[in-house]
Amino acid sequence: MAIKTVIGKKNKGGGTGLSAAKQEFSFTRRAMFIGGVQAVFGLAIGARMTYIAVAEKEKYTLLSESNRVNLTLVPPRRGWFIDKAGKPIATNRTDFRVDIIPDRLVNKDKTVATLAQLLSLDDDEVTRINKELEQSNGFQPVQVASGLDYEDFALISVRLPDLPGVSPRQGFSRYYPSGAAVGHLLGYVGAVSAEEYAQERNPLLITPGFKIGKDNLEKQFEEELRGEPGAKRVEVTARGKIVRELSSREDTPGKPVQLTIDIDLQNYSARRLGLQSGSVVVIDCITGDILTMASMPSFDPNSFSDGIGVSEYAWLRESEKIPLLNKTLQGLYPPGSTLKPLAALALLEAGVSAEETVYCSGGYTLGNRRFNCLGHHGSISMADAIKRSCNTYFYAMGRRIGYDKIAPIARELGLGQEFDLPFTSQYYGTVPDSEWLRKKHNRRWSAADSLNAVIGQGYVLTSPFQLAVMSARIASGRKLYPNILAGKTKAAPKLPYSDEHFAIARDGMFRVVNAPGGTAGRGRLPLDDIQMAGKTGTAQVRAIKRGERQSTEWKYRDHGLFVCFAPYDNPRYAASVVIEHGGGSGAAYPIARDILTYIYDQEKALESLNALETSWGGTIEQRMTRDLERYRNRENEASSSIDDASNSNGEDNEETNSTANENET
Amino acid sequence: MSGYTIIPSQISSLPWKIIFLLIALASFGTTILYSAADGNLQPWAGPHMVRFLIMLAGAIIMSRFSLDFWKAITFPVYLSVLLMLVGVEVVGSLGGGSQRWLNLGFMRLQPSELMKPAVVIAVAWFYDRLPPSRSADLVSLIPPLVLMALPAILVLLQPDLGTTLAIIFGGIVVMFLAGLPLKWFTISGAILAALIPVAYFFALEPYQQRRVTTFLSPEDDPLGAGYHVNQSAIAIGSGGFSGKGFLNGTQSHLDYLPEGHTDFVFATMAEEWGMIGGLATIFGFYLLLRWGLKVSTNSASRFGKLVAAGLTCTIFFYIAVNLMMVMGLAPVVGIPLPFLSHGGSSMMTIMICVGIIMAIERQPKSSNGKFA
Repeated sequence: MAIKTVIGKKNKGGGTGLSAAKQEFSFTRRAMFIGGVQAVFGLAIGARMTYIAVAEKEKYTLLSESNRVNLTLVPPRRGWFIDKAGKPIATNRTDFRVDIIPDRLVNKDKTVATLAQLLSLDDDEVTRINKELEQSNGFQPVQVASGLDYEDFALISVRLPDLPGVSPRQGFSRYYPSGAAVGHLLGYVGAVSAEEYAQERNPLLITPGFKIGKDNLEKQFEEELRGEPGAKRVEVTARGKIVRELSSREDTPGKPVQLTIDIDLQNYSARRLGLQSGSVVVIDCITGDILTMASMPSFDPNSFSDGIGVSEYAWLRESEKIPLLNKTLQGLYPPGSTLKPLAALALLEAGVSAEETVYCSGGYTLGNRRFNCLGHHGSISMADAIKRSCNTYFYAMGRRIGYDKIAPIARELGLGQEFDLPFTSQYYGTVPDSEWLRKKHNRRWSAADSLNAVIGQGYVLTSPFQLAVMSARIASGRKLYPNILAGKTKAAPKLPYSDEHFAIARDGMFRVVNAPGGTAGRGRLPLDDIQMAGKTGTAQVRAIKRGERQSTEWKYRDHGLFVCFAPYDNPRYAASVVIEHGGGSGAAYPIARDILTYIYDQEKALESLNALETSWGGTIEQRMTRDLERYRNRENEASSSIDDASNSNGEDNEETNSTANENET
Repeated sequence: MSGYTIIPSQISSLPWKIIFLLIALASFGTTILYSAADGNLQPWAGPHMVRFLIMLAGAIIMSRFSLDFWKAITFPVYLSVLLMLVGVEVVGSLGGGSQRWLNLGFMRLQPSELMKPAVVIAVAWFYDRLPPSRSADLVSLIPPLVLMALPAILVLLQPDLGTTLAIIFGGIVVMFLAGLPLKWFTISGAILAALIPVAYFFALEPYQQRRVTTFLSPEDDPLGAGYHVNQSAIAIGSGGFSGKGFLNGTQSHLDYLPEGHTDFVFATMAEEWGMIGGLATIFGFYLLLRWGLKVSTNSASRFGKLVAAGLTCTIFFYIAVNLMMVMGLAPVVGIPLPFLSHGGSSMMTIMICVGIIMAIERQPKSSNGKFA
């Protein structure tokens, strides 16, 4: 600055021209100025260099390392689910898989087409891949195929330079040996969704092949099951070529989770449900351990975990038997007569004598309304009223004490309750009373309401799981807490009701199965020393007018229910079986009988099951495969007939039609 | 001292200090290029050294010519380089694309490079002939501006912004040193500053605009236009105080640093030699530039003074712009670093500058020219 002003003054003084001497002097000054400017630049550059290389060294060293080193996470092996005996329920199997990282794709259509051709993927799969690619947010891997054999895997691996964005990997995938039988119990695993990644910004979540628990126990125990990822560090060039492997760390598998489930019993129960839509819950009457929770039909968690195909999902969603609903916890049904032992207990507690009889003439008249009984039972006592499921007895007695005295005991036995269990959702149903009715419907409780509720109709709704808990609590006389985690048994205090009263209710249930004239006479266990006690129930789906035959249409048939426990004299196992639209309790108690038989005599139970399965057309898996194929053929036929209409020339169409026909016959 | 040795005076009188400095710089450059090619002499290090030695010999030969000779050929040289620039344009438009070089058969000649020293000498030649009394006339401003504008426009058409700026810079420095009134520079400087935004929007190509915006905030676009600057800063920064060691640079060897053997060779060097290597290089350039300015002030002739200082500033322009670009202080304009970057044309320019400065150093007492 100083130099500048000096030079400026010189020039002003020089006027219009300069002498040679002045020019010489001016040159020296200006050359010095230029030298100074250069020096300033030199110093600035040197200072900048020093700053970058010294003050910011750490930052840039880190950036340089993150350039050079490519850290690939190795998804950890997921912890197993094991049953109470240590048998595997969910495991991992080695798996060759291929994913697409959408961000790195160059030519999407060409890449997908090439992969489809190399791996011979069907249209359904290609549709799914394209759909997932569209929905993906770019950095999340989309699964192309898993469970590949080594040849296919190698085929893709050698083509990698021509397939940017494709990532073949050897890893582990979730495997459920029991398939559909544990679908609702465990849930399933799946690739991480954009929302899940937004919640937990963990790089592991977007590693190809990594799966997260999506439902029920798989979801609830995510933390324990996940484990620690391994890591592979490789040096890569800017173009992504791997120069060398630097170091790797093994993954730490997730911890196993031991359940109280008896996987063999679970499988047997699921199989025994056969073609029916229903659920089975078995609870240990000593510990409260849940031994079985089966809801069928179900989905195969193996196909869900592999990324389910579009048509398979549609098939599950469209089925009228609702395979996607966990009926044990989320199915709510009027429990019907299965509540009669509970009502009996409440009557006794309210002071009704077990010896007192009621005369049943086939129904009960309240004002000008007639409440029907299923039979003319004549003069009947409490135990026989349970045995023969006489409505009239319970109408009369229920009206005498009022339902407000029964409801608290129903709740104490587990109805209308939500339990402390690690399942995604439980429906708790309804145990009505006058207070509830006033709040909910702003109406006064009437005697008619008591009459309906006491036989498990009207407003009463329960889940099959609650019925099993009720059964276990009646059988043990204690407030058992259902439990699914091995070793987490909670102390079960005695229920505040008289042992004698419990014994009368249990005696009624014993007669249902074992006494002549009981409603479940064919439910006797085919065993010499073990006897089962139970109670049948039929829940109306649609009111049937007098004289009208039951509807033959499946979805209007009555639900069949059965609650039971065994052995009668020393209760150990309590169960509930609910068959949707089974037509009555006759659909339910033979299943309960076979399941309890299985506990004591597997051979005998399997024998009868094998015979049944042959008549049903194979195992669960075989039947599901066949149904799915049938569904797909029907869909194809529908779409190809549309094609026919729009496009008359079509040898291909004719061909599909003929194959579809073949399958149908 | 020379009288007692058996070395011929032609050799002992050579400016050995500066020759050693040049050899040191070029050897260091060769070492870096050797590493940049993963420890190979090919394709860069070997040719670089050979080319340097040939051009050094050329520069020494140039230094034997008298200043009067340079003065005499100034205008013909300027005109022929100008014609070559026109030729490049014609060949380019005939070939259907922009082109910067002429294929002479044995080499590709980039005339815009030759124009950098040519403009300096031409403008100096004009002011050498201009009587000092006329130096503040506005008329005396026109010819040098034309001398600068013609090549500048031709080079800008190529388009090569970096070289255009280098040509204008060389000319302006000579005009400044020739003693033109200072307010001309301050006023035109102010006008220029006002015109910068206009030029940005109307004169620059989109890719040039992007370079400017990237310069202002390279982190905004780390994978796009900011990639060069960011990777360069990472290379320099991760080199730290003493570098990662010879042949151990990861940024350059794993191809993260683009143009690591040409424009960004300084980053390649700094990654392996650290701040020590960087400051040593800067010190080497300091010695070179100090020598150039010293020759200029020591020269008795006005032509010698102006030419030596102008050419020194041309060399300075290369060094400063390249280093500032590499360190994120200037936009990315394709200007190589003298003696370190691989590339023939720019090395030729620098060595022509050095050769002429050496010629001026040899004959400080040359007469001033006069307009007839």
